[in-house]
Amino acid sequence: MMPLVDVRGLVKEFSRRPTPFSRSSVVRAVDGVSFVVDEGETFGLVGESGSGKTTTGRCMLRLIEPTSGQFLFGSRDVFALKAADMRAVRRDMQMVFQDPYASLNPRMRAGVIVEEGLVIHGVGTRQERKDRVRELFALVGLDETQLEHYPHEFSGGQRQRIGLARALALRPSLLVADEPVSALDVSIQAQIINLFMELQQALALTLIFIAHDLRLVRHLCTRVAVMYRGRIVEMGRIDEVFREPAHPYTRALLSAVPDPDPRAQQQRVTFDVAATDLGAPLRDVAPGHQAAI
Amino acid sequence: MIQDPPLLDVRGLTTEFVVARKGAARTVRAVDGVSLQVQRGETLGLVGESGCGKSVTALSIIRLVQPPGRITGGTIVFEGRDLTTLDEPEMRRVRGARIGFVFQEPMTALNPVFTIGDQIAESLVVHGLAGRAAARSRAVELLEAVRIPEPRKRAGDYPHQLSGGMRQRALIAAAISCCPSLLIADEPTTALDVTIQAEILDLLREMRAQFGLALLLITHDLGVVAHLADRVAVMYAGRIVEEGPTATVLSRPAHPYTRGLLRSLPGSAPGTRLRAIPGAVPDLSALPAGCAFSPRCADREARCDQRPPEPVALSPDHHTRCYLHTKAG
Repeated sequence: MMPLVDVRGLVKEFSRRPTPFSRSSVVRAVDGVSFVVDEGETFGLVGESGSGKTTTGRCMLRLIEPTSGQFLFGSRDVFALKAADMRAVRRDMQMVFQDPYASLNPRMRAGVIVEEGLVIHGVGTRQERKDRVRELFALVGLDETQLEHYPHEFSGGQRQRIGLARALALRPSLLVADEPVSALDVSIQAQIINLFMELQQALALTLIFIAHDLRLVRHLCTRVAVMYRGRIVEMGRIDEVFREPAHPYTRALLSAVPDPDPRAQQQRVTFDVAATDLGAPLRDVAPGHQAAI
Repeated sequence: MIQDPPLLDVRGLTTEFVVARKGAARTVRAVDGVSLQVQRGETLGLVGESGCGKSVTALSIIRLVQPPGRITGGTIVFEGRDLTTLDEPEMRRVRGARIGFVFQEPMTALNPVFTIGDQIAESLVVHGLAGRAAARSRAVELLEAVRIPEPRKRAGDYPHQLSGGMRQRALIAAAISCCPSLLIADEPTTALDVTIQAEILDLLREMRAQFGLALLLITHDLGVVAHLADRVAVMYAGRIVEEGPTATVLSRPAHPYTRGLLRSLPGSAPGTRLRAIPGAVPDLSALPAGCAFSPRCADREARCDQRPPEPVALSPDHHTRCYLHTKAG
């Protein structure tokens, strides 16, 4: 397998402007993150709020500009590209957002939302684009009769299907999905997860799945990186990390998920930040399994 | 054995909203004939998806449903009195004092311009349980009880100075300040990270034991229910479709909706298709004539679409509303 994604030493700092009550300060949201994702792989990026997982995803697509680091996407050095070249690369990597209510323009019809990327990138004739949108609607399980509907006429699950159709319109090879089901009802989540798995297989997509729900990540991903305070603290094959978590934070995180099986005996592990060296570099704990311990 | 009357005994609770749709006023029944009981010291989990009526049920119990919504039927007997018959001043003496409330989003539930110490002390003063100074020191004790470090110092903090988990702790301290017998917690951990959620669930369990609280826990998370609830009631489209001891309902679910929810959770075989429930949650203003779940149900029969099924007892403490468990005819 060829690595499609090779992120090296990604750093993103946000500066806070001074207020009458505080001096300006710099927050390092992502602090030297490196990982490799093979073509066709589903890579999970997990962590709690503020861990830097969303910022990592956004930097990769340069929706926000990284402070430093390198991102090799196939043969292209993404962070070194000029804006015009970046636009061409973006065709090949797309994002699905968390909130299907906020991420669709309420004044645009569903068909137009899905078509927009094709128009911007000047793909095909008018008729070819219309056909492609129909094809995409069928692909994500939406009905052709809904092409002219506005976002508010769709349920949350259907809106996420629109978001997915929009992301797939330009036939990207990489899809970054940021918490794509966390805003959906439990009974709908499974439908969308199934859709992700189907599409990934059918289209040979490489998928980076950003999530806080460890059960979902375990189900969907082949490898996982656990983030804590801007750093990857553990990374490896999904079954390895879940079976033999090596970092104390990963252990605490895994033990904190309440199990719906009433027979499960859960022993909760707490994470003692003070007793942990947060600056420790990742090292191999088993083949293909690293932890910052 | 004569059982004590339940602490909270809700029967046939119906709450309706009048909504304008396409120019015409329509009545939407958000809660439709809900009956539930909570014994002293017991935890009942009320489970369902968004829009199923679980939060409106909770707001109805403390009579905080805002117009255009109103309670149109049923009784809510709490500590021997029917809350639906109380006037507003009497009701105010129940809210906060006898029934505590914890909301989902701790930032919006706290007032940003008062210190958390003041906000915890407030209900003690309002309910005449303590003077200002006594209430202040009680607030510090309560912050200590909910394990907030340096409680004396933290009492002087404003909500924005606390993390999400700490805010939820402060809110729990305020909710239990008057030693209520019932605490209603509406998605108390949904806005929190999973490690913080685990801490808050532990805290609720502790407070329940320490203060002899009964808990009505509203959540969409079956894991949270398994963790905390003695009994569980599953709501769908305004009705309770299954109710019973938590272990029984989660290991031997009787209603196709409960079964579907549990089956759709990821967990067993990674990488395989999840067994999703088809379709979507129905629009409450356009419910089918029969069982509201029947359009999504694999076990649907002809009679399901005629009239909603009545509750059936599978055992003395396990009930469901489904024709699968009633003889045809």
